[in-house]
Amino acid sequence: MITIKNLHASIDGKEILKGLNLEVPAGQVHAIMGPNGAGKSTLASVLAGREDYEVTEGSVDFDGADLLELSTEDRAREGMFLAFQYPVEIPGVSNVNFLRTALNEIREYRGQEAISAKDFMAMVREKSAIVELDPKLASRAVNEGFSGGEKKRNEIFQMAMLEPKLAILDETDSGLDIDALRIVANGVNKLRSEKNATIVITHYQRLLDYIIPDVVHVLYDGRIVKSGPKELALELEEKGYDWIKAEQEAK
Amino acid sequence: MSETQTDRTLSAFTKHLRQTEISLPAHLINASLNELAGKSFPTTRTEAWKYTRLTKLSKLSPTLAAHHDGINSTPFAIHSTGNRVVIENGAIHMNATRFETVSGLTIKRFSECSAEELQHVGGMLSLENELFNAMNTAYLQEGILVQIADKAQINSPIELIHLLSKVECAATIRVFIHVGKFAKAALTMGTWSAGADQSILNAVSEIHVGEGAHFTLQKLQCEEEGNFQICTEEITQDKDSVFTMHTVTLNGTLVRNNVRVRVNGTNCETNLYGAYLLKGNQHTDNHTVIDHMMPHCLSNELYKGVIDEQATAVFNGKVFVRKDAQKINAFQSNGNVLMTDTASVNSKPELEIYADDVKCSHGSTTGQLDEEAVFYLQSRGISERSARNLLVEAFIGEVLDKNDNKEFVAKTNAILNERFGWER
Ligand SMILES: Nc1ncnc2c1ncn2[C@@H]1O[C@H](COP(=O)(O)OP(=O)(O)OP(=O)(O)O)[C@@H](O)[C@H]1O
Ligand SMILES: [Mg+2]
Repeated sequence: MITIKNLHASIDGKEILKGLNLEVPAGQVHAIMGPNGAGKSTLASVLAGREDYEVTEGSVDFDGADLLELSTEDRAREGMFLAFQYPVEIPGVSNVNFLRTALNEIREYRGQEAISAKDFMAMVREKSAIVELDPKLASRAVNEGFSGGEKKRNEIFQMAMLEPKLAILDETDSGLDIDALRIVANGVNKLRSEKNATIVITHYQRLLDYIIPDVVHVLYDGRIVKSGPKELALELEEKGYDWIKAEQEAK
Repeated sequence: MSETQTDRTLSAFTKHLRQTEISLPAHLINASLNELAGKSFPTTRTEAWKYTRLTKLSKLSPTLAAHHDGINSTPFAIHSTGNRVVIENGAIHMNATRFETVSGLTIKRFSECSAEELQHVGGMLSLENELFNAMNTAYLQEGILVQIADKAQINSPIELIHLLSKVECAATIRVFIHVGKFAKAALTMGTWSAGADQSILNAVSEIHVGEGAHFTLQKLQCEEEGNFQICTEEITQDKDSVFTMHTVTLNGTLVRNNVRVRVNGTNCETNLYGAYLLKGNQHTDNHTVIDHMMPHCLSNELYKGVIDEQATAVFNGKVFVRKDAQKINAFQSNGNVLMTDTASVNSKPELEIYADDVKCSHGSTTGQLDEEAVFYLQSRGISERSARNLLVEAFIGEVLDKNDNKEFVAKTNAILNERFGWER
């Protein structure tokens, strides 16, 4: 689904990603863990196409497309979805209105017809149920006045609406209580299929009890320095990152 | 500012204009002519015109178009029914005008009114140092008298269409509206142009909202770039009345709106809403005054602008609360979004409060679109252009949505679609 090779990216002249390699095949869930400031959100932003970052080296193949050559919107239209660590509030723009615009622009890009108002509303009902998002929130302004948990659920609701090939969840679990966590994880699991892939960025092993990853990666100082089975997450939670740091410094 | 402006006398500007033949009170005509004699156009050294240059306007010598050209005015109509008066280059276009009998409503042309019927015209208008008001009196071409009888509920639209269709031509029009006690009505005013260039509309409205009456004035300003308009509204509210005004400015080289509301009774409500969406080299200047003279009143003022390309805007809003006007709630806010580095705005909200038991707030914001929000929308598959449009619409929608007149909103949306490619 996605193959990242030797990715270097910097912001304001400071290199954050320093030769990152990662491959996530279709049908799999990969978790990325790592200490604060390691570059996890940077990776997500670079993949989503945020212009503040300059990619200086490397390549990203996204299901056959040269991802780095695409505009942010075209990446989304090709099936990339980022659930933001900090979703922005957009006063005055209603969730449903913006999602209909998004859905129709994506459909147009793919040569499909615009969705009818009736089908769209049916879809809103169906998908908001998956994440147990109050339908009232669906018609309110994007994230405006939403609680932290509601914002995260709204991200997964949008993901459900847009049905991406690759979803990157950036700390979607942080700030969620255990019920919300279960709901969000259920949502993600319901949307899993052989055709799509998911990258879950998290600090907490507990999320991975609900969303079982095929592979766990450790991102440290701008690189993936360790990859392993889901048990690696447990080990990281128990021991922290100091041993990783020590291992790296020893190299 | 170190720059010097060459003053241009008014006489060069008015040389082709004719003294009014309307039966206005003679002393007002004389006072106006005296006021204008030997005067020049205000420069940016004059406080009220600090950010609005009249240089381009002052270089013109507009003529009077003797007759209307009979331009098809249908595309400019906002309402499909009701009374419609079309005024082309300052003259009533009778074929396009539609008078309908509505109980409690009288609409008359000034040119067919006696001096007695016009005796109150000009009563609320200050002339001193108000050159455009003085010109509107001395050179008045035509006027519209609108009377709403006491207790009348006028549900059908009343629409005035101002149309400029000549090059370097002046249209000088007065509207005099009396809303009787406990009456209810709304009036729509559209300002348009077709084939006009370097032309100017000088429109003054005097509005008296009687005790317990409700009156709404909605203006849609769409003269094409190249033309000028100076629009003045003088409103007086009696006790227990509600006055609401919507000013939507979508085009025009120079649009100056002067609104003054004298709230001269207790328990009144005053709502002023303005939206301006500018591009090219447009300039729009909204000067408003709400004068609270009596206690227990509420006023809301919300003006918002989106300024693109090289366009410029001015907002100057004054709210006075006089000494004995206790228990006033007055809210005023002006927000602007600058779409480019070359767009600019000068915003000056002012409160002058002489009473002590009042609740007032005012604020002004100017900024760019939230780039984080643009990125968020793009990351969902929305093009950058649509993303910006969505954000701009949301911003300006707060004001546009205050108007619940479907036909007015539909026309506004149609023009927004035409000019900015929006689908609302
Ligand atoms: N504009 C900037 N200029 C310089 N450094 C920046 C800038 N923006 C971010 N950084 C740095 O980039 C590094 C990576 O940040 P990033 O947000 O990707 O970390 P993260 O792994 O997501 O951390 P967290 O676990 O706290 O979310 C940090 O050291 C951060 O300070
Ligand atoms: Mg992060």
